[in-house]
Amino acid sequence: MMAWSTPPYLLADVSVRRVMLQVLVALLPGIAAYVWLIGPSILVQLAIATLAALLGEAVMLRLRRRPLLLFLTDGSATVSAWLIALAFPPLSPWWLTVVGVLFAIVVAKHLYGGLGQNPFNPAMIAFAACIVSFPALMSQWPALGLKLSLAEQFEIIAGLAPRIDAMSGATPLDALKTALKLGEGAVDVPTLLANQDVFGNFAGRGWEWVSVGYLLGGLWLWQRQIITWQTPVAFVGGLTLLAAILWAWNPQQFASPLFHLFSGGSLLGAFFIVTDPVSGSTTFRGKLIFGFLAGAIAYVIRVFGGYPDGVAFAVLLMNLCVPLIDMYTQPPIFGMKNPK
Amino acid sequence: MLAQLFRFKGGVKPQTNKTISVQEPIAQAPLPARLFVPLHQSIGGAPNPLVQAGDTVRKGQLIGGADAWVSAAVHAPTSGRVLAVEEHVAAHPSGLPTLSVVIEPDGRDEWIERRPVDHQSLPPERVRELLRDAGVVGLGGAAFPSHAKLTPARSVAMEQLVINGAECEPFMTCDDMLMRERADEIVRGIAIFRELLAAREVLIGIEDNKQEAIAAMHEAVLRLAPDYRVVAVPTRYPAGGAKQLIRVLTGKEVPASRRSTELGVQCFNVATVYTAYRALACGEPVLSRIVTLTGNVERPRNWEVSLGTPMREVVALARPRADTGSFLMGGPMMGFEIPDLDAPVVKATNCIIAASPGLFPPPPPEMPCIRCGACAEVCPHELQPFELYWFSRARNFGKTQEYYIFDCIECGCCSYVCPSHIPLVQYFRFAKSEIWAREREKQAADAAKERFELRNARAEREQAEKAERLARAASARTSEKKAPPERTNAVDSPPAAAAGEPAAAAATDADAIRKAAIAAAMARARAQRELAQPKNTDRLSAEQEREIAAVEARRGAQPATPEATAGAAGSGAPAGPQRGE
Repeated sequence: MMAWSTPPYLLADVSVRRVMLQVLVALLPGIAAYVWLIGPSILVQLAIATLAALLGEAVMLRLRRRPLLLFLTDGSATVSAWLIALAFPPLSPWWLTVVGVLFAIVVAKHLYGGLGQNPFNPAMIAFAACIVSFPALMSQWPALGLKLSLAEQFEIIAGLAPRIDAMSGATPLDALKTALKLGEGAVDVPTLLANQDVFGNFAGRGWEWVSVGYLLGGLWLWQRQIITWQTPVAFVGGLTLLAAILWAWNPQQFASPLFHLFSGGSLLGAFFIVTDPVSGSTTFRGKLIFGFLAGAIAYVIRVFGGYPDGVAFAVLLMNLCVPLIDMYTQPPIFGMKNPK
Repeated sequence: MLAQLFRFKGGVKPQTNKTISVQEPIAQAPLPARLFVPLHQSIGGAPNPLVQAGDTVRKGQLIGGADAWVSAAVHAPTSGRVLAVEEHVAAHPSGLPTLSVVIEPDGRDEWIERRPVDHQSLPPERVRELLRDAGVVGLGGAAFPSHAKLTPARSVAMEQLVINGAECEPFMTCDDMLMRERADEIVRGIAIFRELLAAREVLIGIEDNKQEAIAAMHEAVLRLAPDYRVVAVPTRYPAGGAKQLIRVLTGKEVPASRRSTELGVQCFNVATVYTAYRALACGEPVLSRIVTLTGNVERPRNWEVSLGTPMREVVALARPRADTGSFLMGGPMMGFEIPDLDAPVVKATNCIIAASPGLFPPPPPEMPCIRCGACAEVCPHELQPFELYWFSRARNFGKTQEYYIFDCIECGCCSYVCPSHIPLVQYFRFAKSEIWAREREKQAADAAKERFELRNARAEREQAEKAERLARAASARTSEKKAPPERTNAVDSPPAAAAGEPAAAAATDADAIRKAAIAAAMARARAQRELAQPKNTDRLSAEQEREIAAVEARRGAQPATPEATAGAAGSGAPAGPQRGE
C-alpha cells in the first residue's frame, strides 16, 4: 500500500519552500542596488536578521512541538527577516534588528499560530514596534556621502564604534517633510529637490534605484505567478492618486507622485508587503480595496503624520480589515453570475 | 467547421500520459473462471436479484431488475450457471461487500433472443424504459442511469445535446479508442438521444489532443448526420467535466442547484451513447465496457472487459511491473486506490492504472495553508477552496454551505496546485458527508418528534372522548332519576341532535356534561393521588399534625389552589412526586 491513498494522485511540482525561495530571489535586484549605492552594511544586517529569525523560529517550533526541519526550511522566517532588514536603517545597532526580528517571529507569527495563521504582516509589526519603541535609532539613516569600509560599518552595527553624528541623516522623505515644516511655506518642493544633495533624479539619491530594483523583482514575481497584479497595482494606484491630486493642487508644497512612488517603502511595500497572502485580502475585489486603501493611508501618514514613512502602519491597519473585506467581496461562483 | 468556443475558468494541465495506451487497438479480454456481477452498479436504487443459485443463465439475461425510476437493470455477461447470489467485495474505495451474482461461464456464450427495435416507431416513454432495462448508464464514471436524464424540461426547449468525448483525465484513453474504432455506432446512438430530447443541435466535444478520434468522428458525422458538429476543445483538465464541457461548447453555466435541462442542454458520454445504440439497434444490453489498462505496466492497452471480471485477472493482461505498489480505478485526478483486486470490473470502471512510487510519488508532508489562493485560481467552479478548507477543518459546516461546498465537483485541481500539499478534496468530502449525516439525523429526529406529537394528540383525544362518554352516562343516570318519562326520548335520539329541543338548551346541556366530566375526573384523580400519597405521614406527632393543618389552611386560603390545577392536568396519569420528569 502506498502512503498516498487519496486523490488526486498527481501533484504539481510546487511547495511553500519554492514560493518563499522565489520571493527571496526577487529581492536580490533591490539588495544589489542597496549594496552598490547605499553600502554593504545591509549584508551584515541581512545576516543578523536571518540568524535571529531562524533561531527564534527554532525555539518557538520546539516550544510548540512542531517538526523543526520541515518548518525551518520552509523559508518563511527568512523572508520576514530579509524584509525587516531592508525596512530598518542599514546602520542600526545589531540588537535593534534582533529585537525587531524576534518580535516578528515570536509575537506576530508564532503566538498567533505560526505559518499561515498571522493576521498581521510580521515584518510590518517589527517595524511598527521598533519605530514606536526606539524612534531615534529607527530614524538614523546614514548621511549621504558617508564613506565607510565594511569593517567600519560592521563595528558601528556591532556597537564597537561610536555612532557618530555624521552618519545620522534622514531618509529623503523625512528630509523633505522636515524642510517643508521648518520652512513654513517659505521653501518650495522644486527648489529643495534641486538643491539638496539627498535628492536624486526623481526621488532620493541612491534609494530611487533600490526602489527600481524592488520593482524589477516584483514584476518577475508577477510573471512567475507567485503574486497577482491586483494588490500591487491598487497599492500604487492609491498612493499615486492621492499624491497626484495634492501635487496638482499645490506643486510647491507637495512632491510629485513619481517622487512618492520611488521613495521610502512604496515599492518594497507594493510588491513584497501587501502581497503577503497570509495577512492580505484574497478575493479579486478584496485585493483591489485592500491595496488601494493601504496605498492611500500610507501617503496620508507619510505626508501628514509624525513618522518618516507610513507603509507599515497603513498595512497593519488594512490587515485588520481583511476579514471584513473578504467576507463582503466573495466572488460569484460558476453558474451563479446571472441568477434568474 | 468553426464554432465559437467559451472558456471555463480555472483548470490545470497535468502530464496527459495518454499515448502509451493508444498504440494497439481495443482487444477482447478473455472470460474469467467466475464472474462476480454486482447488482448495484449505478447511482440510484439497487436492483433486485431475479436469479438464484443453481439457475442457468444465458448471455444478456436479466439478473437484476431496476427497482425504481432512477435505477438500471443488470444482466448476465455470458451464459453459464449461477453459483450464488452473495455479498462480494465491491469496486469501491471502502472495499465493502455488495450483493453480487456469481456466475460460472459455460464457455458457449449463448445469447438470449435479441430483439432489435426501431426507436422511431416507439413512444419516448417506452424507449426510456427499454434503456433502463438494458442497463444503460453513464459510462464516463458516474454511472447515472441515462434514461432518467432523457426527459426534456417542460418549460424549456432543448437547445443543445452535448456529447462528451473530451476525456480529460490523464492516462485514460477508453473513449478515445472507442471513438476511433466505433464512430458510426456512436453517431447512430446520438440520434436516439437527440430524438428523445428533441434537441435542436448536437455538439460533440473532444479535447484537441485526440486528433485521430476527432477525424474518425468527423468522418462518421459527415456520412451519417451532417448537421452534428464535432468540436475540438482545448486540452485542459477538467474540460471533460459535464458542466465544463457544456460551458465550453454552449457558454451556459449549470450550477449545482439546477438541472442542465432547465437551461436547455444535456450531456452524455460517448461510450454511453454507444451502449444505447447497441441496446436498441441490436437488442444487446450493457454486458461489457472498454477499460484502459495503463500506468506502470509492460503492455498498456484498452480492453473490452465483461462486467463482473475480477480486477486481478484484468490487470494481469497488462503485465504490471514488479515495483507496482497499488492499482487505481479511474484517472489519477479523481480515481481511487482499489482496496482489493478481487473486486470486479463494473460499469464505472473506465480505467485501471498500475501505480508505483515512481509514477505517483507520495506527497510531501502537509503544511499549513498560507492563503496563497492558487486553489481559487484553478477551481473550475470558481469556489474559494481555502475558505472551504478552513471551515471544514473547524467543522463549521454551515459556513461551508454558504461558500457553496455542494458546487464542488471534487475534480482535484485545488489539491494538485496546493503548495502546502493539503488534501483539500478529502476535507470537502468529509464536510459533505458530515452535512449529509446531520441532515439525515435531523430528518429522523423530526420524524420521531412528529410521531410523538401525533401520539400525544391521539391519547388526549381518546381521553377526552372517554370522559365525555362517562359524563354522558352520568347525566343520563341523573336525568333518569329526575324525569323517568323523558328517558326513552333521550336514549332514542343522539344527544347532539336532540330532536325538537331548542339549540340553547342543547348547548347548556353539553356544557353541563363537560363540567360534570371534569369534576368526575378531578375527583378520581384526587382519590388516586390520596391512595398513592407517601406513607411517611402515617405516624406523626400531634404537633406535626397541627403544623400540617396550619400549612393546609394557608394554602386553602389562596384563591387558585395550585393543587387543583395540577390535579386536573395530571388526571389519568399516575399521581405522585415524579411528575414533571
